[in-house]
Amino acid sequence: MNAPQNDTPILRAEHFSKYLTGRKILDDCSISMRPGDVKVLIGPSGAGKSTFLQCINCLLEPDEGEIWLGERRVDFKNTRELYDLRQHVGMIFQDFKLFDHLSAENNVALALRKVRGLSKAEALKRAHEELARVGLEDKAKLYPAQLSGGQKQRVAIARALAMDPTILLLDEPTSALDPELVGEVLTVIRDLAARGMPMIMVTHQMEFARAVATEILFMEAGHVIEQGSPEELLAPGAQTRTQDFCTRLYELCGETPVEEG
Amino acid sequence: MHILSTIIEALPYILEGTLVTIVLVAGALSLGFCLGVPMAVAQVYAPRPAAMLVGFYVWFFRGVPVLLLLFLFYYGLFGLIGLDVGTIGASCIVLGMTSAAYQSQIFRGSILSLSAGQLKAGKALGMTNGQTIIHVILPQALRLSIPGWSNEYSILLKDSAMCFALGTPEIMARTHFVASRTYEHLPLYITAGLIYFAITMAGVTMLRRLEQKARIPGYNSAGM
Ligand SMILES: Nc1ncnc2c1ncn2[C@@H]1O[C@H](COP(=O)(O)OP(=O)(O)OP(=O)(O)O)[C@@H](O)[C@H]1O
Ligand SMILES: [Mg+2]
Repeated sequence: MNAPQNDTPILRAEHFSKYLTGRKILDDCSISMRPGDVKVLIGPSGAGKSTFLQCINCLLEPDEGEIWLGERRVDFKNTRELYDLRQHVGMIFQDFKLFDHLSAENNVALALRKVRGLSKAEALKRAHEELARVGLEDKAKLYPAQLSGGQKQRVAIARALAMDPTILLLDEPTSALDPELVGEVLTVIRDLAARGMPMIMVTHQMEFARAVATEILFMEAGHVIEQGSPEELLAPGAQTRTQDFCTRLYELCGETPVEEG
Repeated sequence: MHILSTIIEALPYILEGTLVTIVLVAGALSLGFCLGVPMAVAQVYAPRPAAMLVGFYVWFFRGVPVLLLLFLFYYGLFGLIGLDVGTIGASCIVLGMTSAAYQSQIFRGSILSLSAGQLKAGKALGMTNGQTIIHVILPQALRLSIPGWSNEYSILLKDSAMCFALGTPEIMARTHFVASRTYEHLPLYITAGLIYFAITMAGVTMLRRLEQKARIPGYNSAGM
């Protein structure tokens, strides 16, 4: 996308800590994104993956830590900079969070109009382009309640992409979907990765992670405890926590572990 | 046929009062809406002091009889601050401020019934809280509020009869005036009752139409 060509990270989240109800949910977690990076966060339930992700666009304000957009440190106490950060960082939620009262096209168009100041016609034109990119050009007039889960998630992706984010955060984008609908959403995400959209994704789709991720971060109890390429962490006999976790995941889901290659 | 001719003779006079009642109700509902929406938003989203201030307002207006409020404001407060808006204006303001207390709680309930995710989604797109509340939260919350609002309409309409005590020339005052002169209490009050009944039905029917028109496609008849 509009990523800088040099080697400066486009986004860095450094030494994030977050307390919720007196408990330290995130403890010194960092992540750095370069153009084209696709990083996958995995880890057991309650590890703090969602919290980490939501701190990166300040839906939850980190108690400690810094966010850097390129060379610039974001002062997220400053509301201007905060809203600017959120425009740079798109987010996809597990439960879609579409605006229930708006048709697909208006879901995409709303922020274009209100944040970007586009006219209604311009915003709708852009909305149709984005919906076409996720294969939903014929569903533009339908409302969330008239769409399948997979279609809703694709509208959510179109809505996030319409804001021209420099990076996309995805929090378990397929885990609320019926199994037969997972594929259509993963295809869209894979396509984005192929086009170089930097992404941080929480997912338990390990085959997908192995195929697309440039790095896997394994989280537990608020810490990133392992970090490395899928080849490193998931190599047969690697004896990593990641490997171990994935094996248990496969056993749980009854899937067969993916062989190397 | 004496009764009938009394009614027919009094009818234009009472119908003029009907117009006044409609103005009262429309004015009070509008004022209540304009105050009630920001009050509900403040109670849900504003910092504690503002939310508590609204809470106090609601507590006060819900805790005191409308009749007392009418006297308190019209003879008391308005005189004190030198506000002269006439009986119709005063009735409108007092009914409207009372209605605001009730309406704010209808809207607050609807806002709270929406998932917090809607606000999160707006924020994640770079919209301000204000923009998200105006363009995402309220359009949904107001739709959900129509049944409760319809109820508030019918209650307010009947409360407006109390403005009679200020001498506001609405249905009740005029009916009472004619009845006390002609001694035809029964037929006249029945007529007034029928008029109230008709206005209630008309309003409730209109609001039900609105509710259907505003229904979000894909949701069942329960609304959401
Ligand atoms: N609003 C909150 N208040 C208090 N504690 C919270 C809150 N949100 C999350 N937590 C706690 O923070 C911890 C991390 O939660 P988080 O949702 O980030 O985990 P997760 O790794 O995303 O888990 P999952 O895989 O189940 O989505 C959990 O122990 C959770 O109970
Ligand atoms: Mg989570």
